[in-house]
Amino acid sequence: MERTEHALPDADTARAVVAKMMLIRRFEERAGEMYAKAKIGGFLHLCIGEEASIVGATQAMRERDYLLSTYREHGQALARGTPARAVMAELFGRSTGCSGGRGGSMHLFDAERRFLGGYGIVGGSLPLSAGIALSSSYKGTDDVTVSMLGDGATNQGTFGETMNLAALWDLPVVFLVINNQFGMGTAIERHSAVTDLSQKSGGYGVPGSRCDGMDVLAVHACVERAIRAAREDRRPQLVEAVTYRYRGHSMADPEEYRSREEVEEWRRHDPIETFGDRLKEGGVLSADELERLDAEAMATIDDAVEFADGSPFPELDSLYDDIYVLSEQIGAWWSIDERSPGTHRGEREREAGEVASELAEAGAAYADTDEEKGGN
Amino acid sequence: MPELRYREALNQALREELAADERVFLMGEDVGVFQGAFKVTAGLLEEFGEKRVRDTPISENTIVGMGIGAAMAGLRPVVELMTINFSLLALDQIVNCAASIRYMFGGQVKVPMVIRMPQGAGHQLGPTHSHSFEALYLHVPGILVAVPSTAADAKSLLKAAIRDDNPVIFIEHETLYGKRGEVPENGEPGRFGEAAVRREGDDVTIVGISRMAVTAQDAAETLAAEHEVEAEVIDPRTLRPLDLDTILASVEKTNRAVIVEEGWPHGGVGANLAALIQEQAFDHLDAPVARVTGADVPMPYSKPLEQAAFPHEEHIVKAALATFRDL
Repeated sequence: MERTEHALPDADTARAVVAKMMLIRRFEERAGEMYAKAKIGGFLHLCIGEEASIVGATQAMRERDYLLSTYREHGQALARGTPARAVMAELFGRSTGCSGGRGGSMHLFDAERRFLGGYGIVGGSLPLSAGIALSSSYKGTDDVTVSMLGDGATNQGTFGETMNLAALWDLPVVFLVINNQFGMGTAIERHSAVTDLSQKSGGYGVPGSRCDGMDVLAVHACVERAIRAAREDRRPQLVEAVTYRYRGHSMADPEEYRSREEVEEWRRHDPIETFGDRLKEGGVLSADELERLDAEAMATIDDAVEFADGSPFPELDSLYDDIYVLSEQIGAWWSIDERSPGTHRGEREREAGEVASELAEAGAAYADTDEEKGGN
Repeated sequence: MPELRYREALNQALREELAADERVFLMGEDVGVFQGAFKVTAGLLEEFGEKRVRDTPISENTIVGMGIGAAMAGLRPVVELMTINFSLLALDQIVNCAASIRYMFGGQVKVPMVIRMPQGAGHQLGPTHSHSFEALYLHVPGILVAVPSTAADAKSLLKAAIRDDNPVIFIEHETLYGKRGEVPENGEPGRFGEAAVRREGDDVTIVGISRMAVTAQDAAETLAAEHEVEAEVIDPRTLRPLDLDTILASVEKTNRAVIVEEGWPHGGVGANLAALIQEQAFDHLDAPVARVTGADVPMPYSKPLEQAAFPHEEHIVKAALATFRDL
């Protein structure tokens, strides 16, 4: 594993990197609080502990490169520049969310920034990533697709299938395995026969490398090399970032599968604190500046929560929007309900209620009907 | 009008769309060097090269997923799966991705792709190569479903599918590939959501899905010749979008409906259509809507058993006559 001490970046770069990691950390902490307050529904998967893996990798990408991720992807969207407001609003299920409130926490998307999605099925985004990389080759651009997956996804069929096709077709794609040690609640040594995940792609023709996922500079160096190989040599690459998630798989996880001591041990290598300490020791950023950056991150998140909470829910009339790209020429039934709302949306019940009240007003109460029936 | 085989009509559609739009490409198992398991892609590798006609490994879920990714990034992939049974390996990508992506990402992206595959019994391919799953795909909002039964529709609907901005499940039929039919030379794309009235009649409406549209026409001729019953035969051609208006107009005229499909009865196309007809045209019905379906079993291999497991002309005749019973 790559553990060499990397030279510290200049102050501007350091500021940008640490600010992004802080933003992600503060976002996730607040999202957890909002979930506890029932502002957020469904599942909520937090990435606290994985910030260096996310930011180290995305800092190595160009603006026009594509990124795809798993359902633990708030950090990825934020790292690519999706405003915290749009991400928080999506978690709140509001129309101002980055997926219009349709996707929720697991399905963030930002077409403008080429963040092509969080995906809820483990391993489900791997084929898509290869297809997007294929489009870059096909069109003759030098865009690279970075596809982030978890350790659990390396056991899915799509992993082997996609590695084979990516290598067979020389696709410009970098797979970043964010190995946070658990496939949901099953520890890596209990879910994967080979625990050095960087070894799992080589047999398919995709060279793998491994780096310390708690060290943002190590991740950056490793992913930068991989992206260069994908872009210039048209060879797919796999990078494993060895990291840890401090929180449970989701907010619904009682974490009975690991000890408090294990979590504490990893926390001693906290990616934000260790990088901050190095920056202070190296004289790149002062303690005051780091505090100021953290305060800025918190203010951004305060604003995001306020924005999300003040945003409207999607209009109920939008329920059927964007299932299809509708073409004008077709007047047939695309979805059953849109043409027969009476049958499927309770309109008839409402109509029946209106008829009943009209009858009641005219003196024809239900009691009378019952009497008639009784008389029969 | 020239006569073409169904497979030749499909081949023409692919050739014309490949030539017309640089974004269109084909990928699938044995579509290139082998020229397609059913020879639908014959000659296309030679004409368009390996960039446009791509042989893939046997990895259905990933082939379909790559097509979705390429479509999201602006290409127009046509993915061939060797039989509809194999598409079950790709069901995750079809339902969780192709059908859902536009909706779950708030309309920011579209998935203009076609997934072609043949279905159907008759070649003794047994229970893993002969099923009919149009009902399975009809069930899923977010994808379109085409079931062409003639050479002309095979060509015009495939062209329309390739030009459409939605993911399309394009279901061909194994036993129709060699069947000839007149195909217009103009190369115009067809229209989704427009049923064909294959035969006019006033007595009973027969809706036939996929190959069963052909079998239904044969049954209609027998009904006329031997039973003095004039059946109207409707081929919906696409199940999503569905031209229900044409079916309802016919039922309002005939007051009787028989739905014929090769797939299984539970949750089938017929079950769905019967519900829609009784919801929309209850007052016009003189008899319960009848269904003729495949047998509720995995498709058996042995020839007599296989033949007994999907509908034939005589089943349709019997069902149509039964709608007149006791009236």
